[in-house]
Amino acid sequence: MITVNNLYKSYGKVTALNDLSFRVNDGEIFGVIGPDGSGKTTLFRILASLLLPDGGSAGMNGLDVVKDFRKIRGIIGYMPGRFSLYQDLSVEENLKFFATVFNTTIEENYLLIKDIYQQIEPFKKRRAGALSGGMKQKLALSCALIHKPEVLILDEPTTGVDPVSRKEFWDMLERLKSEGITILISTAYMDEAGLCDRIALMREGNFIAADTPQNIINSYTETLWAVQTENMSASLRDLRDHPQVKTCFAFGNKHHVTVRADLSISGLQRYLKEKGYSKVEIDAVAPTVEDCFMALTN
Amino acid sequence: MKQFFSFVNKEFYHIFRDGRTMLILLGMPVVQILLFGFAINMEVQNICTVVFDPAQDVATREIAERMAVNPYFNMRGYVYSPDEVNSLLKQGKIDVAVIFEPNFNENLVHSKRAQIQIITDASNPNTGTISANYVTAIIGEYQKKMLQPGNIPCQIDVDSKLLYNPEMKSAYTFVPGIMGLVLMIICAIMTSISIVREKEHGTMEVLLASPLKSGTILISKTVPYLALSFINLITILLLSYFVLNVPIRGNLALLVSISILFIFLALSLGLFISTLVQTQVTAVLISGIGLMMPTLILSGMIFPIDNMPIPLQWVSSMVPARWYISAVKKVMIEGLGFMYVAKEVGVLAGMALLLIGTSVVKIKTRL
Repeated sequence: MITVNNLYKSYGKVTALNDLSFRVNDGEIFGVIGPDGSGKTTLFRILASLLLPDGGSAGMNGLDVVKDFRKIRGIIGYMPGRFSLYQDLSVEENLKFFATVFNTTIEENYLLIKDIYQQIEPFKKRRAGALSGGMKQKLALSCALIHKPEVLILDEPTTGVDPVSRKEFWDMLERLKSEGITILISTAYMDEAGLCDRIALMREGNFIAADTPQNIINSYTETLWAVQTENMSASLRDLRDHPQVKTCFAFGNKHHVTVRADLSISGLQRYLKEKGYSKVEIDAVAPTVEDCFMALTN
Repeated sequence: MKQFFSFVNKEFYHIFRDGRTMLILLGMPVVQILLFGFAINMEVQNICTVVFDPAQDVATREIAERMAVNPYFNMRGYVYSPDEVNSLLKQGKIDVAVIFEPNFNENLVHSKRAQIQIITDASNPNTGTISANYVTAIIGEYQKKMLQPGNIPCQIDVDSKLLYNPEMKSAYTFVPGIMGLVLMIICAIMTSISIVREKEHGTMEVLLASPLKSGTILISKTVPYLALSFINLITILLLSYFVLNVPIRGNLALLVSISILFIFLALSLGLFISTLVQTQVTAVLISGIGLMMPTLILSGMIFPIDNMPIPLQWVSSMVPARWYISAVKKVMIEGLGFMYVAKEVGVLAGMALLLIGTSVVKIKTRL
C-alpha cells in the first residue's frame, strides 16, 4: 500500500508537487497520466526515496520514504524514466549484477521474472546497449523485479516502445499484479490508462481526478462528436470558430468536438458544407480517457 | 561482501570493454615517460659555434682545436669578418661565436694579457649562459696549461662535485616529477569519470534506489583503478630503470609503498571531484587540466619551490604531487631511508584520509 499525504515539492520558483494526497491499495495497478512537466517523475523519485519532499509525507507498507529510506530501498523495484542499465554489460551480466546488489541470485527469483526474461534470454550474451527499445524495457523490468519487490515504481516504462512490446509489457504487469505486487506506473499513452485499476490525471503538481477508468469516463457530461472532413487542418480552425462549439481537438484521424446542447449534428454539417467542405462525416462517439483529460484540463 | 566483489567485477568489465580508454590509461605513462626522458632535455648539447680569428697563431689555433674536439660543441669552422658573425647569429645558424683579437699570442706572451670575445645567442638565457660557461672553461684549461709551475705563487683549483647526479642528467629530475604527474592525472581522471558516468547514464539513480550503501559504491570504484595504477607504476619504474637509466638507489619496497599511498590519494581526489560535478566533461576538465597546471608548476617538478614567492610556496604545499615527488627523489635518487621521508609520507597519508573522508560524507544518498 502506498500512502501520500499533502506532498509538496518545489524547485526554486517552480512548484513540482502541490499538496498531493492519494492512496494506492495492495495489489493494484495505479496509473498516473499527465503531460511532461506535470510532476510525475518528481512524485516517483520521492516515493523511491531518491528525493526529499519539501512538505507532507509519503510511505509504503508502513515505511516512511524519508525516515526508513534504507528499508524502502529493499522492498521497491524502481525503473527510472530513461533506460538506466549498463550498456556495455551483457543482458545476463546486468541481471546478475542487480541480483547481487539486492543480495539475491537469479535462480532464487527466476520464477517471478521467467515470463519476461524468457523473451530476452536468447540474447543474453548481447550487450544491453545493442538491444531494441522493447527488449531494453523488458530487461530493465527484469532487473527491477529480480529481488521480488513488494512495490513496483515504473516511470513511463513504455515510452518509445513499439505497440506490440507495449502490449506484452502490460500483460506482464497483469501477471505481476496477480502475484500481489503493488504497481505505480506513469504513462503518456492514454490507451494504456484503461488497463490500470485506477488512474489519476495529473496536472501542475496535483491530481485533477483519480478513479477507475470507467468512473472517469462515466463522469463525462459533454456532448461528444467525431468529425471528419477532406481537409482536416483547415476544418480544425473552422470548427473552433463556430460559436456553439466548446472545444475541438485532433484525435487520430478525426476531430473530437464538444458542443452546446442546442447544436445538432445536421446543424454542424450544414455549417461545414457552407464553409466549402464536400465530404463531411459526423458521428456521436463514446468518450475515452483522453477526452476526459481534455475536458478536465480545460 | 558479495555486493562489493560483484561491483568490482562490473568495474573491470567497464574498463576492459572500453579498449580505447584502456589504451590511453596504460599507454599514456609510457609515452610521457619517454617524451620527458628524451625530448625534454635541460642539458645543453650540440652548440653550433664559429670562430673569427684574425690572429691565426699558435694560441688561437689550439683553443679552437680544443673546442672542436669537445663533444658539446658543433664546430662550424671559421668566419672571416665580424659582419658574418652578426648575420649568422641573426639567422639563428649558430649559438656561439668566439672572436680573438688580432695578435692574440703576441699580446699573451709579451703583455701577459689577451682578449677573447664570446658572443652567445641568449634568446634562451639558460642555454646562452651555459654555452658561455663551456667556452670559458675551455679557455681556462688552456690558460692553466700555459702557466709554468712556480710562475704564480698561489693558484686555487676549484673542484666542484655534483652529488647524486654527477652527469647532470635531466632524467634524474624528471622521472620523479613524471611519476607524480602521471599517477595523479590518470588516477583522478579515471575515478572521477567512472562515477560521473553513472550519474550521466542514469545508472546512479538505480544504484541509489537499491540497498547498496554509497560508501560501498565509492570503495568499489577505487579498487579496480588501484590495480590499474599499480600496473602503470611498474611500467614507469621499469622504463626509467632500463630505458632512461635512472637508478633506484633506495629501498624498492619503500618506493612502491609510498607510490601506492600516493595512488590512493589521487584516487580519493578523483572521488572527491566526482561528488562535485555532474558531467563527464567537467570531470575531465577539472581532474585533467585543473590538476595538470598546479602539478606541473607548483610541485617542484620543473621550477624549484625555494625560488617561488612565499604565498606560492604555501599553495604548493597543498599540491599532493609536491610531497610525493620530494619523497621519490629522496628514496629513488638519493637512496635515503624511511626516516628522511617520514614528513612526506605523513602529509600524503593525512591528505588521503581527509579526501576519502570528505567524499564518503559528501556523496549523496539521494539524487
